[in-house]
Amino acid sequence: MTMKTLIKRLLLPVLCMLWAPAGMTAGGGNENLDSAYINLSDKVSLRNGAHTFVNYCLSCHEASYMRYERMADDLGIDRETLKRDMMFAADKPGELMTVNMSDEDAKAWFGVVPPDLSLTARSRGPDWIYTYLRGFYRDEATSTGWNNTLYPNVAMPHVLYQWEGMRKANFETSSDGAKVLAGYDQLSPGTMSAQEYDSAIRDLTNFMVYLAEPAKLVRYRIGFWVMVFMLVFVGLSYLLKKEYWRDVH
Amino acid sequence: MSLINWIDDRFPLSKVWNEHMAQYYAPKNFNFWYYFGALSLVVLVLQIVTGIILTMHYKPDADLAFASVEYIMRDVPAGWFVRYLHGVGASMFFLVVYLHMFRAMLYGSHRKPRELIWLLGMVIYVALMAEAFFGYLLPWGNMSYWGAQVIISLFGAIPVIGEPLAEWIRGDFVVSDATLNRFFAFHVILLPLLLALLVYLHIVALHKVGSNNPDGVDIKKNKDKDGNPVDGVPFHPYYTVKDTFGIAVFMTVFLGIVFFVPEFGGWFLEKDNFAPADILQTPPDIVPLWYLTPYYSILRAVTFEWLPGGAKLWGVIAMGAAIVMFFFLPWLDRAKVRSIRYRGWMYKTALTIFAVTFVMLGYLGTKNPGHVDLFVFENVIWAQIGLVLYFAFFLLMPIYTRFDPTKPEPDRVG
Repeated sequence: MTMKTLIKRLLLPVLCMLWAPAGMTAGGGNENLDSAYINLSDKVSLRNGAHTFVNYCLSCHEASYMRYERMADDLGIDRETLKRDMMFAADKPGELMTVNMSDEDAKAWFGVVPPDLSLTARSRGPDWIYTYLRGFYRDEATSTGWNNTLYPNVAMPHVLYQWEGMRKANFETSSDGAKVLAGYDQLSPGTMSAQEYDSAIRDLTNFMVYLAEPAKLVRYRIGFWVMVFMLVFVGLSYLLKKEYWRDVH
Repeated sequence: MSLINWIDDRFPLSKVWNEHMAQYYAPKNFNFWYYFGALSLVVLVLQIVTGIILTMHYKPDADLAFASVEYIMRDVPAGWFVRYLHGVGASMFFLVVYLHMFRAMLYGSHRKPRELIWLLGMVIYVALMAEAFFGYLLPWGNMSYWGAQVIISLFGAIPVIGEPLAEWIRGDFVVSDATLNRFFAFHVILLPLLLALLVYLHIVALHKVGSNNPDGVDIKKNKDKDGNPVDGVPFHPYYTVKDTFGIAVFMTVFLGIVFFVPEFGGWFLEKDNFAPADILQTPPDIVPLWYLTPYYSILRAVTFEWLPGGAKLWGVIAMGAAIVMFFFLPWLDRAKVRSIRYRGWMYKTALTIFAVTFVMLGYLGTKNPGHVDLFVFENVIWAQIGLVLYFAFFLLMPIYTRFDPTKPEPDRVG
């Protein structure tokens, strides 16, 4: 086989395969999601998100597959900061990020058991989280007084309302009769500007992507060297094959 | 070597090595398509090795299974690597097996005298589908759960014994801990043993008659004065070095996926499977992984409720028949030549349409039947067209292969 046909025969199927996931993603989501622009190499953003997560999310939601210690080591948080500012429901850094609330209590208080958030970034996707946390508005018709444009009538209240302030959502009826979001009106200001809030939520989403797959931090780095090794191996094995096959005509 | 001699007096070590490696003559003209047999063996070994490591940490218990997989992903050193190798490996296994089967259909490798190799290969394929299905339940994700629920409920379509049979398979009224435990047993013991045995028989049968080649010509017809085929080369070292190169290229692609896109955009690891099994939350679209979707498409294409016994029963029959068709291939094909190189336009056209149909059915199997994802028609209409083309390829084969204007086969390989 000449090199040209080799490239044609090997590379094309691979390229076709790599293209395939694009179609899947495009066909998968039917909601209009805002892009979270995840950047796992931004450690400051990850640490910032981690602080928001343990302070606001971890009071009700668990991340029961994750250990505090692993998070601290991966994100460069020293033990003292971890114990002082981040571990409210655990004594030892090796413990899992669980919540001291029984499912029965949770049901009584919220109507549902708040879902474990360890893998939400993988099951729903980062863009979903980013859009969802920026979609809360006041709605007196619900029991919490809050509603969400992405997840209508969700049982969760707006935990971060002090940051974002209170908003009212305006809806229009589109030509095919569907309820479409037309925009928000700020009812009262929060401690953050709209930009600051978006940035805080982006950090939180970034952290949740890390939380869903801690190995992602090392996967690409190791993968690069594995690829370098494999390409050298491909080259050497090709030369070896060529040498052995010289006498075959 | 005295040690070798000592062993040879007690066990046919050198004899086996020579018969199957050093003096096993394979045609010298193998091309790209001939890598996939060796590659499927590589993936089988990889699946067994990674599977053993996963079994050391996995807990086959409905309350613990999902968490134990996440434990592997986070707390077991390099556990994520082993788990991704195994998960991506399942998809890669089917990829190479499909290409391996297509190779046979290209060059007539299933034709006389290799019918038994083909049949054993088909049994391997069916066993592999079962292995993948049982394994898919083990992570106990929501798609695992509902996928198993749907597939097992298909047995319920069989008249009279259907429901008791489905219940017997599950060991419960719904998919539950009992189902998980037995699927674990099948996945880690029964089917791997069966696969190992079948692969051994597949290779024994192959080495009895010798490999086919892209020209479909029998290389044993031309032998030199030592009795070795003129157009053959000893498998070792010629094909061991050539396959090493093929394995290197394949592993580069494989590891590229493992390290950079292990979910492969939802094709290899589905989003819904990152949520634990929940009997109260049915995923919006329950679909099997890509390697089973052509048959899933055929199942869903049968929507004719006026059929006696109902559409579901006939869907299940059509799905079973679609797999069974492959077994008859050696006898449905009546052409005078083996290889596509000397076949006429009829077989070439039929095989092309079949390949396109198979891919199309696979794609449609991942989509909602009522949507329009191809052109003009709803997916279910395309699946019905695909179903007709799929069966036409097999059922009309005795006719179009007999009247196909073939070219004469050469005496020697090109």
